[in-house]
Amino acid sequence: MEQQRSSSGSSHSPRSSSSQPYLSISVTDPVKLGNGVQAYISYRVITKKIEILQFDVCGIVLADKFSRNQGPEKIVIRRYSDFVWLRDRLFEKYKGVFIPPLPEKSTVEKFRFSAEFIELRRQALDIFVNRIASHHELQQSEDLRTFLQADEETMERLRSQETGIFKKKPADLMQIFKEMQTRVSDVVLGKEKPVEESNPEYEKLKNYIFELENHLSEAQKHAYRLVKRHRELGQSLSDFGKAAKLLGACEGHALGKAFSDLGTKSEVLSVRLQKEAHQLLMNFEEPLKDYVRAVQSIKATIAERANAFRHQCELAETIKLKEINLDKLMLTRSDKVGEAELEYKELKAESEEATRRFENIVRVMNEEIVRFQDQKTQDMGIAFHQFAQGQSRLANNIADAWRSLLPKLEACLS
Amino acid sequence: MMGSENLDSEEAHMYASREEMENLVLDEPSNNNNGTKSFSDYRSAMSSLADTHHPLSSPMAEPADSDPLLTPPPFRDFRNPNVATDNSSYIEPPSYSDVIFSPFDENAVNEINGVDSPGRSSDSSGFLSKSTSSSSDYVKITVSNPQKEQETSNSLVPGGNTYVTYLITTRTNIPGHNGSEFSVRRRFKDVVTLSDRLAESYRGFFIPPRPDKNVVESQVMQKQEFVEQRRVALEKYLRRLAGHPVIRKSDELKVFLQVQGKLPLPTSTDVASRMLDGAVKLPKQLFGESVAVAPHEVVQPAKGGRDLLRIFKELKQSMANDWGGSKPPVVEEDKEFLKKKERMHDLEQQLSNASQQAESLVKAQQDMGETMGELGLAFIKLTKFENEEAIFNSQRARAADMKNVATAAVKASRFYRELNAQTVKHLDTLHEYLGLMLSVHGAFSDRSSALLTVQTLISELSSLHLRAEKLEAASSKIFGGDRSRIRKIEELKETIRVTEDAKHVATGEYERIKENNRNELERLGRERRADFLNMLKGFVLNQVECVWIDIRPSLVVVSAYRVGISWVTIKARTAVVIESQEAVRFAEVEEQLIPFQLESHYTRKEAEMLEADFKNLQIGVRHDVEGVEKEHMLTKQDEVLVAGVRGMRWDAVELPFQFRENLDGHCNALWRYAARYYIYEGDMPFYEEDR
Repeated sequence: MEQQRSSSGSSHSPRSSSSQPYLSISVTDPVKLGNGVQAYISYRVITKKIEILQFDVCGIVLADKFSRNQGPEKIVIRRYSDFVWLRDRLFEKYKGVFIPPLPEKSTVEKFRFSAEFIELRRQALDIFVNRIASHHELQQSEDLRTFLQADEETMERLRSQETGIFKKKPADLMQIFKEMQTRVSDVVLGKEKPVEESNPEYEKLKNYIFELENHLSEAQKHAYRLVKRHRELGQSLSDFGKAAKLLGACEGHALGKAFSDLGTKSEVLSVRLQKEAHQLLMNFEEPLKDYVRAVQSIKATIAERANAFRHQCELAETIKLKEINLDKLMLTRSDKVGEAELEYKELKAESEEATRRFENIVRVMNEEIVRFQDQKTQDMGIAFHQFAQGQSRLANNIADAWRSLLPKLEACLS
Repeated sequence: MMGSENLDSEEAHMYASREEMENLVLDEPSNNNNGTKSFSDYRSAMSSLADTHHPLSSPMAEPADSDPLLTPPPFRDFRNPNVATDNSSYIEPPSYSDVIFSPFDENAVNEINGVDSPGRSSDSSGFLSKSTSSSSDYVKITVSNPQKEQETSNSLVPGGNTYVTYLITTRTNIPGHNGSEFSVRRRFKDVVTLSDRLAESYRGFFIPPRPDKNVVESQVMQKQEFVEQRRVALEKYLRRLAGHPVIRKSDELKVFLQVQGKLPLPTSTDVASRMLDGAVKLPKQLFGESVAVAPHEVVQPAKGGRDLLRIFKELKQSMANDWGGSKPPVVEEDKEFLKKKERMHDLEQQLSNASQQAESLVKAQQDMGETMGELGLAFIKLTKFENEEAIFNSQRARAADMKNVATAAVKASRFYRELNAQTVKHLDTLHEYLGLMLSVHGAFSDRSSALLTVQTLISELSSLHLRAEKLEAASSKIFGGDRSRIRKIEELKETIRVTEDAKHVATGEYERIKENNRNELERLGRERRADFLNMLKGFVLNQVECVWIDIRPSLVVVSAYRVGISWVTIKARTAVVIESQEAVRFAEVEEQLIPFQLESHYTRKEAEMLEADFKNLQIGVRHDVEGVEKEHMLTKQDEVLVAGVRGMRWDAVELPFQFRENLDGHCNALWRYAARYYIYEGDMPFYEEDR
């Protein structure tokens, strides 16, 4: 994402170089605003435009962040529903693109304002925006610009316009109505299933996505439980440490010292464990969860694709009927020929449009799946790396802590 | 050096004691315990009260005033004081083999324990006896081979009365036993009898608690499981008894361990007989025929139906203590003891707290291990899935790495389980001591009940004295008078005398229990220290060790990961260069090669073109790899993952160069391949040597 091959020469440096604007966005400073049911968290969204200078040396692209031009910073205040707005807009406009997922709403009121939840959400939002900004298509979007630059009032207005089913455009409502109709007629006419694409590769992909969701969510569940276990172990270790200390106080002398040392170490380790649990949550569980969400967003795209396909098929059907009708009219030389012809042409155009749209979705999706896999592989790699590193760090810490206790005990024993 | 007469006398002693033992057991089976014997001869019992193993004490036994508790009694001292300083005693019969083997064995085990295998601690003879294992005498008890047997006598429900006997094998080098290795069959009831006898004979000692009867479990649990559980518990119990410095030498234990056939220990604690006992005496007491308490009985706590009147009296006394406000004549005056008792109480609290926490710690560890395992399995599944369903190669590349992590997680879970087992073993000491606290309580209550007896007797004595004085005063007034009164006074005096005796005995018993308590407290403190330290060390070592095993796979994974990630990064950065371009070119070349291979009818010109292609490819790759090299040198980025050579292992950095080298080799091969076709055509001879 940071580098694109560019062959255009320029006088910027002795080597050929080009500048590529690059958005660095950070979501920071969550602040609780309002109170009661109305309370919400607002975030500061900071955008920096960074010009990356790229050198093309003998066919090799070098990106040099040192010589970047720090663009002006733009800071806006956004809340969660603004992010939702952005995502909805993008989803509408960029069919076929896997829109990055948003963190889910907190279902449990109690946790809504816990520091951990807020931090997790902040991190997820940060990732979300940056993913959009680094996506080659999405980053061009007008909505993103609005989101990043518009002042709060504008944003609020836009948001209130767009949310809710009743504020959707009439065309959308018509669409929904039509879909309902076809669905009902499908059922009434005893059609087994709505028309589905039967491309083996696509089937495979769909299968893969569905299965992947299962596997990922299972892994995520276990990861979350592991986090919990870390916490529990930390808790009981600290309790054990306290008990050992008390026991030590009861024993007195060297033995008491040994016990209280053990207790202290246990408590220290417990803190470590808690920290590690947090790390695990942030760096391992959250990415897994993120990908569960991403897969869900892919599923939404798949649904869109199915919709588009169905639409296209329906139009094709209608065209066939119209064509027959037209032929009939032509034969009877009715006056309505001209009208019918016009209608037919319109339909034809619409159908072509639908086909094009569907094909576009297919094309985009094919590109997207590659990008997704690459991204997933990389992100998963990092997550797993973090996991392994965290575990080994923890193990190291534990071993070190206990080992440091050994000489004391030896001294006590002898 | 040992004189032969020493040896002889020792053997003689051995035989003598064995004979005595046998006599004791076979000839007068109803008379072979401390209690009954002292009943028959109260005076002698009094004199030997301090000597806890009286019936076996031969003339060579230690004098009564030497305290067997303060100096842990190594048997060498017991037999001959000279031997203690003499190492050659190790090769001295009759316990030659045992002595030579046991200490080394013990040491070896301990050494292993200390260094790398905490798990084997259970092999050493009993948990609590570890601290005494340093002295050369030992008792090793194993309980094995449970067998089901039919109750032969008076079973009301035929077939319903089965019981299980256990084979109890003992290896020892303590003299006074019947050889160094023997075994008997015992049932659980016998163990109950043993523990009851011990509780009666060794008041004030901290006797290790007997395993529970578990009436409910025996009904509910699987028979085999239950038997096995009980077997383990019995073994532990007996080992602990054998580990106790006084009880290990007790006759009760010796008889229990040695005597074949039915357990000869009289079941005087049998409720029925006790009731009978008490019932026989009851009328007498009720009719006031003998108000005095038989002196020998005061050494026993008042319980059961043995002595109802005494119970009433003692109850009254305790009521008076609590409510009357009158200060009892003898109070617990030992401040230090009270303090210690307080501390023991504290200790118990903390112990139970700690053992609870230990339990929850173990539970948490177990949960952790399980979850880790589940996570690992989920990963393995995910990895397998990714591998099978992979559409792109990049998925496969990562799958291998993920699999490593997954396996590591599963392995880690296994290590957690092992760690947990070890932790349980180590922290079990806490539980054991918690159990022991019960017997400490028992000993303390022995003490307080003895105190109560003394108090009762003293108050009774004072009231008797008062009555005697009154009577005397009255009779002196009447002068010369009343025969019956004089007789009453006589009687009273007799009663006073008897009560006085009883008081002495009771006081003696009380003092003895006090002494026992004190010694036992000291011993407990000592052993606890050692055991706890051992426990701590074991626990800590265990954590260190297991954790280390745990960490190794993950470390490997981490480094493997680094490589993997670095490779991906490099690939991403040079994607255009190496992957696409060259791969495409490669593919093209290979595509060209297929007809080439098939037909091999290339003209020289075509072959030359092919050669040129290869050369181009090679040069291109070399060029690109050099680019990567430059990139490594030129880029300085902060993110580790995309930062050139930073934070990468060298093999990862080397990879592209490796790639180039491989490709070079490949190209050369292709070249030659192409050249072969020249040779076919026969006009490129100089390639021949290259072939």
